Amino acid sequence: MAGLAQTPAADFVDCDVHLTVPNTRTLIPYLDDYWREHVLRRGIDGDNLEISAYPPNAPINCRPDWKPAKGLPASQFEQLRDHVLEPFNPRYAICNVLHGSQVMFSEDLSAALCRAVNNWIAAEFLDRDPRLRASIIVPMHSPDLAAAEIEHRAADKRFVQVLMFSMTELPLGRRQYWPMYEAAQRHGLPIGIHAGSSFRHPPSAVGWPSYYIEDYVSQAPGFAGTLNSLVAEGVFLKYPELKVVLIESGVTWLPAYLWRINKTWRGVRSETPWLNRPPSEIIRDHVRLTVQPFDDPPGQDQVQAILDEIGSDDMLLFSTDYPHWHFEGTDAIPAGLPKNILPKVLLDNALATYRRLN
Amino acid sequence: MNVAVLDRRPETVSQIYKGFIDCDVHPFYKSAAEFDEFLSAHWREHRRTIGGRTRQGLSKASNYPRMSPGNGQRMDAWPPDGTHPGSDLPFMQKQLLDLFDVSYGLLAPLVGGAAGERNIEFGSALATAVNEWQLARWSDPEPRLKSAVQVNIEHQSGAIAEIERRAGDRRFAQVQIPPRGLEPLGRQRYWPILEACAANGFPVSLHLGGTSGHPSTGGGWPSYYHEEHPSYAQSMQTLVVSLVCEGVFERIPNLKVVLVEGGFAWLPALCWRLDKAWKRLHAEVPFLRQKPSDYVRQHIWLTTQPIEEPERPHDMLRTIEWIGVDRIMFSTDYPHWDQDDPRFAFKVPLPDEWRRKIYHENARALYGFD
Amino acid sequence: MSRHIVAKVDEIAPGSCKIVTVKGREIGVFHANDEFFAIINRCPHQGAPLCRGMLVSRLESPAPGEYKLTRQGEMLRCPWHCWEFDLRTGQSWCDPNSVQARTYAVEIEPGAVLAKGPFEAETVPVTVEHDYVVLTV
Repeated sequence: MAGLAQTPAADFVDCDVHLTVPNTRTLIPYLDDYWREHVLRRGIDGDNLEISAYPPNAPINCRPDWKPAKGLPASQFEQLRDHVLEPFNPRYAICNVLHGSQVMFSEDLSAALCRAVNNWIAAEFLDRDPRLRASIIVPMHSPDLAAAEIEHRAADKRFVQVLMFSMTELPLGRRQYWPMYEAAQRHGLPIGIHAGSSFRHPPSAVGWPSYYIEDYVSQAPGFAGTLNSLVAEGVFLKYPELKVVLIESGVTWLPAYLWRINKTWRGVRSETPWLNRPPSEIIRDHVRLTVQPFDDPPGQDQVQAILDEIGSDDMLLFSTDYPHWHFEGTDAIPAGLPKNILPKVLLDNALATYRRLN
Repeated sequence: MNVAVLDRRPETVSQIYKGFIDCDVHPFYKSAAEFDEFLSAHWREHRRTIGGRTRQGLSKASNYPRMSPGNGQRMDAWPPDGTHPGSDLPFMQKQLLDLFDVSYGLLAPLVGGAAGERNIEFGSALATAVNEWQLARWSDPEPRLKSAVQVNIEHQSGAIAEIERRAGDRRFAQVQIPPRGLEPLGRQRYWPILEACAANGFPVSLHLGGTSGHPSTGGGWPSYYHEEHPSYAQSMQTLVVSLVCEGVFERIPNLKVVLVEGGFAWLPALCWRLDKAWKRLHAEVPFLRQKPSDYVRQHIWLTTQPIEEPERPHDMLRTIEWIGVDRIMFSTDYPHWDQDDPRFAFKVPLPDEWRRKIYHENARALYGFD
Repeated sequence: MSRHIVAKVDEIAPGSCKIVTVKGREIGVFHANDEFFAIINRCPHQGAPLCRGMLVSRLESPAPGEYKLTRQGEMLRCPWHCWEFDLRTGQSWCDPNSVQARTYAVEIEPGAVLAKGPFEAETVPVTVEHDYVVLTV
């Protein structure tokens, strides 16, 4: 019977489902005439634009039973239908694409390819099932072009979010990025900040690690740096209706982070005097987090403690993070989440965050 | 909401805090020329003409100015002669060592520029000079103060030579390496230095800081000190990840590491995340024979300052339980602005046994103090 | 409560402070903007000698990048962690207790001394009588 293993009858939104662009040739029909010619002329259609943040065959990035016999995981509608839509039967599933078009240095090429990816998402996924929704992918290193893509795409109400990586060229709160936030706020779109990096810089100040596991684990402190920036730069004051969703952050790092950022603020407030209330309040109002992966404490009984420390049951958004491997079967709700918050986590918080779902 | 906070009012230092071991004390110079005494003529001249060169745009000041004069000092810590906080031993004794009857203070010099110096031979010479300076100005006149062996880790032979030079000298308690270096400290190129530390009985102190030249966040350079200050906690985390995942603790089983001035409340969630990722990705790091959090528990200590301040003070107790009370050592960070007072840093009463360990026994055991 | 003469008016120059001890407690007497204020010399955060801090103005901002200076010289910044206190009321500017979170409950630690409510520096009533600064303690 379709549904989540723990609560089969529950109505829910899956706030993070991945689609993979199968290859660059797939995008050719979705480019305009100029860029199609350009891409074909340079043979870019033969380039593999996979990003380094998510090697698709790494065990954590694909559950074994979701791995296709041929081709990339989550690259065909049929895979999504067979692995997510039918077994889980979500009310909605929000599709996020992480692709090389978002990390290229050439701004106009990046914008053209991002547009093509969004066109592909609409035609080959959104058109094929009414439960599917998606994030607009944007050339995140070019705020003006990103804003233009948001403007272009906003009329399609099935696009419910703007997506970027957590770590790009500048911390995401920097003023250079504000045109993206202005456009997103104007269209009532939350900003989805997904784990990942365009690797314009090493994942942290200590330099380039050797192993993928290090990159992966570094995402959590990476999100802390991102939030520091969004808060300190005053993004949420300038854009008071803006919501931000941290996707695949791990969640349990948040309380210790809130304690530290509040402590810093009390002493350093005069450097950023627009912060007229504690950062934890600002974050509780504006920031949401998807639940998978959930870096859970050793005992399920301790999950409640973490939730108490987070201090708000409005912040968590259910996700499967398909096809990444965090659970077996349809047992997708993190262990230890108390039953009384499930209605919010599974549905209400998503409807409140993604206005276009209503 | 009302948050209950403790506002304890002892006017005198209670017996509980007397004799504590302060795991982070910052000495300073009265004049930068103090190091010249310990430099050769060649390096003195080099220092005068070219000077120190690190991987940042400002040569003398921090890219992120601090919040109080003297590059972030306690405002009441300026000695009577007007010289820099931390530069006057009698005043340090008055404000810290004698006030609390401190048993030992672990020095963490952030002066001299040895570690971040791009001219690595100069860096090694500076390291030796700062080490001699610590002995002459601090550890010899005040034996409660233990020096930290300075090294430049980009100069492998120089660093190992300096560590071996100080081996067996009980005035030195540990080797100090800044967390932010050219490469993560777990990388193989640094193993010989870490091996030398362990072989010579020195814990490695990773006091926050360092100018790696890499932006302080993985997403680029932040604008504000408001972001820079907490970014050090993020650097500590990725540093722990490197040491564990590179198998440093498998290779050097007697290596002990102290994370200084990075706070500590972030550690439990990092360990949960490491263990979880390792379950899926262990094939990439097959030389790890235990789960990552086991290595952390066995090899890593943390100092308390800047102590995190949970919104509900009693949440601190659970955090300590998750980390293990044996791993946590109290530090003031005297005389910096964000230093912690041993009497009031914890906003929740600690069980007596915890207080003894955090303020006294853990450091005593780690450093081998009597 | 009793009244204590602690200084002559012209002893405390504008923008400066005299620390006095009354009934065993240290009190900082400030002269700011033609008025006198007095605050117990103890920061409620970690017990720092508050009155050894800096008299500052309120740095405010209606929006990121816009800066406004108000309450010139009427805020006291702790010499340690730089918390800012209103000299007039003792109220901490970054009042941590204004956080509203639904799931929170009032926590009581048995047997310990609590300070409920906002972090406040304790002010002391000050009057100027003839040429003298008088505290009521």
